[in-house]
This record gives sequence, C-alpha cells and structure tokens, in this order.
Amino acid sequence: MRLATLGDVSATPEELKQRIEAEISGASAEVTGDGHHFNAVVSAPAFEGLSRIAQHRLVYDVFGAEVGDRIHALSIQTKPE
Amino acid sequence: MTDQPSNPLRDEIQKAISENSVLLFMKGTPEQPACGFSARTVAMLQSLSQPFAAINVLPDQRIRQELSALSNWPTIPQLFIDGELVGGCDIVTEMYESGELQEALGLESEPAEPRAPEPAVAPAQPLSIENRL
Repeated sequence: MRLATLGDVSATPEELKQRIEAEISGASAEVTGDGHHFNAVVSAPAFEGLSRIAQHRLVYDVFGAEVGDRIHALSIQTKPE
Repeated sequence: MTDQPSNPLRDEIQKAISENSVLLFMKGTPEQPACGFSARTVAMLQSLSQPFAAINVLPDQRIRQELSALSNWPTIPQLFIDGELVGGCDIVTEMYESGELQEALGLESEPAEPRAPEPAVAPAQPLSIENRL
C-alpha cells in the first residue's frame, strides 16, 4: 500500500509574483516572503490616477480570501508606472 | 421593508466609524497590541499625539468579518479618519513618512509643540471602544 501525500500547499514568493503579473495588466512585481508573510512591491500603469487604497485593493483582489488565510500577511507598496 | 436579515454587529461597526473621527481597528489594544502591524500603526498615531479610538477585533471573529465586508479591505489594522478608510499599516506608514497623514489628521506636518490631548468622544459599550492618546 502506498501513502498518498499532499503537495506543499504553502504559498511562495514566486507564485505571488506570477499571479500579480498575470492579473494586473502590465504589472511587474517583486515579492519576498517566508511562505506566510510576504512583501510585494508592485508597479503597474493601471495604478495611475488611483488612490493608494484603490491601488492596494487591486493587489489584494488577486488573492481574495487567501489573504489572512493561506497568505497570512501581505505587505504592499505600489508604484504607478 | 427589507429582506436583508438585520445585522446589529455591522450596524455597530458603522456607527463607531461615523462617531469617531479617528478610529483604529486593531489586533489587541493600544497598550497591548497583539500584532506588529497594529503596534506600528498605534506608535505612529501616538508619536503625533493624536487621540484616537481603538477597537480590538480579536475577541470575536465576526467583528473582523463584518468590518472587512463593510470596508472591502482584507487585513487588520484599518485606520478610519472622518469616516473614510485611510488604509492599513503600509499605507499609514507611507503617509506618515510623506506628511500626508499629518495633513489628513489636520495636524501641522512638522509637529511643533506637543498639543494638549483632547478628550476623544466615544460611547463604548458594545464594541468596547477604547480611547487612548
């Protein structure tokens, strides 16, 4: 009998980076983190003219309910570009 | 008539937001923050001698759920000034460093002399709002 194993489900900085860049048009992201706490620096033309709140919401929206759960903490800096 | 079930907790949160000109939803209390992000946000407000009301979201998971549903913001802390969500720790930090926070609070951007602490207004009971300098 073989034991099934679950893959590692913790998030990685690379996964977060790819998802941000895929979801936000023209975005480039630098993400660091330990699997639970992450820091993302994101630049995107889509941020132009938006308030900081609105810019950060765009990034949070990429991850929905995962923020606070699988992604325990996500610190964000945004730059319009 | 409404077919929405009544939601007293959300109403209380909304009421607290409208009645307190500077209100911080945080993990823990200003004296004993339970999270580094909440602690940093408290420290920034205190360094400006800004009186604020604080609500600890930890005692009941539903406070956080209702707050996030209301504010469309997933994380804690959340700082409200004059009924508007200003942001969490990241945005408050950026605004503090640029002087925008002081401006939003109606303070001199260069804190001149310490201001006399004003008694903050807040009816407290249901959400145990704490007013602290």
